[in-house]
Amino acid sequence: MQSKRKKKLSKDQLTAMVFLLPSIIFIIVFVYGFISWTGYISLSNYNTIVPDFSFAGLKNYLYLFNDFRFRADLRNTLFFTILFIAVVILLGLVLSILLDQKTKGESIFRNIFLFPMALSFIVTGVVWQWLLHPSTGFNKFFNLFGIQPKWYTDTTILAGFKWGSIEFGLPAAIIAVVIAAVWQMTGFSLAMYLAGLRGIGDELREAARMDGATEFQVYMKVVLPLLLPITMSVVIIMAHISLKIFDLIYAMTGSGANFVTDVPGLYMFETTFRGNYYANGAAIAIIMLLLVAIFIVPYLWNSRKGDN
Amino acid sequence: MKKFFGLFVLLALALVVSACTSDSNQESTSDPGSTDKPKDTSADKGEESSVEIFSWWTGAGEEDGLLALISLFNELHPEIKIENAAVAGGAGTNAKAVLATRMQGNDPPSTFQVHGGEELNKSWVAADKMAPLNDLYEANGWMDKFPDALIEMVSNGDNIYSVPVNVHRGNVIFYNMEVFKEHGIEVPTTLDEFFAVADKLQAAGVVPLSLGDKESWEATQIFENVLAAELGRDDYLKLFAGEIDFTDARVVAAAEKFGEILDYVNEDHASRNWQDSAQLVAEGKAAMINMGDWAKGYFVNDLKLVTNEDFGYFAFPGTVGDFAVITDTFGLPKGIENVEATKQFLTVLGSVEGQDAFNPLKGSIPARVDADPSKYDAYGKDTIEDFKTANLFPSLAHGSAASEGFVTKANQAVNIFVTQRDVQNFVDALQNAAPDM
Repeated sequence: MQSKRKKKLSKDQLTAMVFLLPSIIFIIVFVYGFISWTGYISLSNYNTIVPDFSFAGLKNYLYLFNDFRFRADLRNTLFFTILFIAVVILLGLVLSILLDQKTKGESIFRNIFLFPMALSFIVTGVVWQWLLHPSTGFNKFFNLFGIQPKWYTDTTILAGFKWGSIEFGLPAAIIAVVIAAVWQMTGFSLAMYLAGLRGIGDELREAARMDGATEFQVYMKVVLPLLLPITMSVVIIMAHISLKIFDLIYAMTGSGANFVTDVPGLYMFETTFRGNYYANGAAIAIIMLLLVAIFIVPYLWNSRKGDN
Repeated sequence: MKKFFGLFVLLALALVVSACTSDSNQESTSDPGSTDKPKDTSADKGEESSVEIFSWWTGAGEEDGLLALISLFNELHPEIKIENAAVAGGAGTNAKAVLATRMQGNDPPSTFQVHGGEELNKSWVAADKMAPLNDLYEANGWMDKFPDALIEMVSNGDNIYSVPVNVHRGNVIFYNMEVFKEHGIEVPTTLDEFFAVADKLQAAGVVPLSLGDKESWEATQIFENVLAAELGRDDYLKLFAGEIDFTDARVVAAAEKFGEILDYVNEDHASRNWQDSAQLVAEGKAAMINMGDWAKGYFVNDLKLVTNEDFGYFAFPGTVGDFAVITDTFGLPKGIENVEATKQFLTVLGSVEGQDAFNPLKGSIPARVDADPSKYDAYGKDTIEDFKTANLFPSLAHGSAASEGFVTKANQAVNIFVTQRDVQNFVDALQNAAPDM
């Protein structure tokens, strides 16, 4: 019996292997192979259109960290990521709790909030570029009250202090981009949280209420802690979107005056495909990969431990 | 399970076979077999009968021009099939990325659009990817049909590498005639006069100069014209040949004047592209704009304005008698199979007929000096006249004066300068990038 089972398993495994093999090969070549190739290029002197694979050491990385634009990129990415994730999580959580109150027409609301996700970032970028344009869109309305927000053309750095060659602080222009990104992605966190809330059995909340907890305490002490794994997933997914973001910003603001809305993705594209600085571009790409890895690797590590 | 696997293999095979057949279909349709033009087809043997033209001409006027050129070619050479491989995207951003991939993967298009000057020389010629076209120039007697300065821009050493089809002028200022009349303003010819005019306009509540630098090249274009005004054409050329440093006092002066000019632009310039900023001039909210003459096409074709009634034009102050050249050219990549057919296309491209079919629609002027001026509007006629007599200098913003790498870094430096106005930083950044020219 046992031997038969073992044999059957290995046959299943064999078919599984046959079917998995093509994608494994493709992934090895086209993902890991190309990552290694990019890493190799980032250490070379390939900075013109004429290939030059000679070893340059960390020259390209050093260049970047001394570069005004790249420092601004890192600053922008940091503040964009923090703001974007915080607002997406808060808004998604609040909206999902509201929707969870057995609202009438819940499915209509759910669809309204989810629809922006059906658009691509490039469309969102074009739409919000117009909505927040300093001389059209929302500003026509604000002008009635004598306010003239500059949105993404604002070059001021809020609460900034001089750090090296850049002003370190929250670039005001980033707020406009965050609004657009949040508009697009809140539906996702809403859906995740709603699923999470539905997964928490009513009996748990009832038990808490029986113990005399107020509705506020039920949420703080019972519901929110149970939503923690979902928050983790939302953070991971939003973090990798925001660290790699390109299309939204490309369509909406471009690099911005003084690079206040520039991000590594834009810089990578322009360096590589306009300037033909292939090694510098590869170095930016590798840094972006490392930034994403900072978020993803602990998560993967954690979930692997969970499996065991 | 075995059956399943067999099915899988079958499916894969079917895919491969269908891919092959669609390939061979393409070949058979492109095979002409007709040889009613014996003079051209002597070398054409079936497989050499199609030409793939790679460009970024997908916008309104430029696409019309390209299609007119293709239909002229089809008339002259019905046996050669044209594949229009245009890639959309402003100023060739996307097309250049696609082209780089194809060139480096040894799959070049038959011929491709490239700006004359360093964009051609410092990349494709330097990478040894282009075939010289001297024989084509000699066979067609082109050596005295294009201005020497233009031929020099598409040459490296003794070899000529591409055929210019059009010329755009970069040092033009278009202005709203009504605004000028209303405020009693004369056309400025020097930078000092320009500043006087700008003060007057600003005092009257009109934006003197419209700028849309959502992408930096619009501002870089202003800077290059100030450079030409300060240095003069000859020293401008020396600057980009590396014989004069960017720390030269006159470059510093140019940077300072560039900064002064930026005091006269519209506040929301960072959110506008060049069309949006040209609109300000059309609406009379701004008085002037420094833009290549594609802006004329935009005024006339899209905004229905009348040349010399609604808007006028003059050379950028301080560069009267100079001509910032932006030229689109087509070359012959090495390693393509249909060399003869491609040369036929380049021949048409460089002919009077070809240039006159293309340029009136595109809004540019012909690169040849003997084209027919009657086919062009008032602006075109004026510019054709200027082009014959003016001192030509290559544009930096459009990749003619320096390599794409330098242009990218210069745009970056300009972007920072527009906000920070730190002349020293700006000049240093340019000097640091100078080895990449």
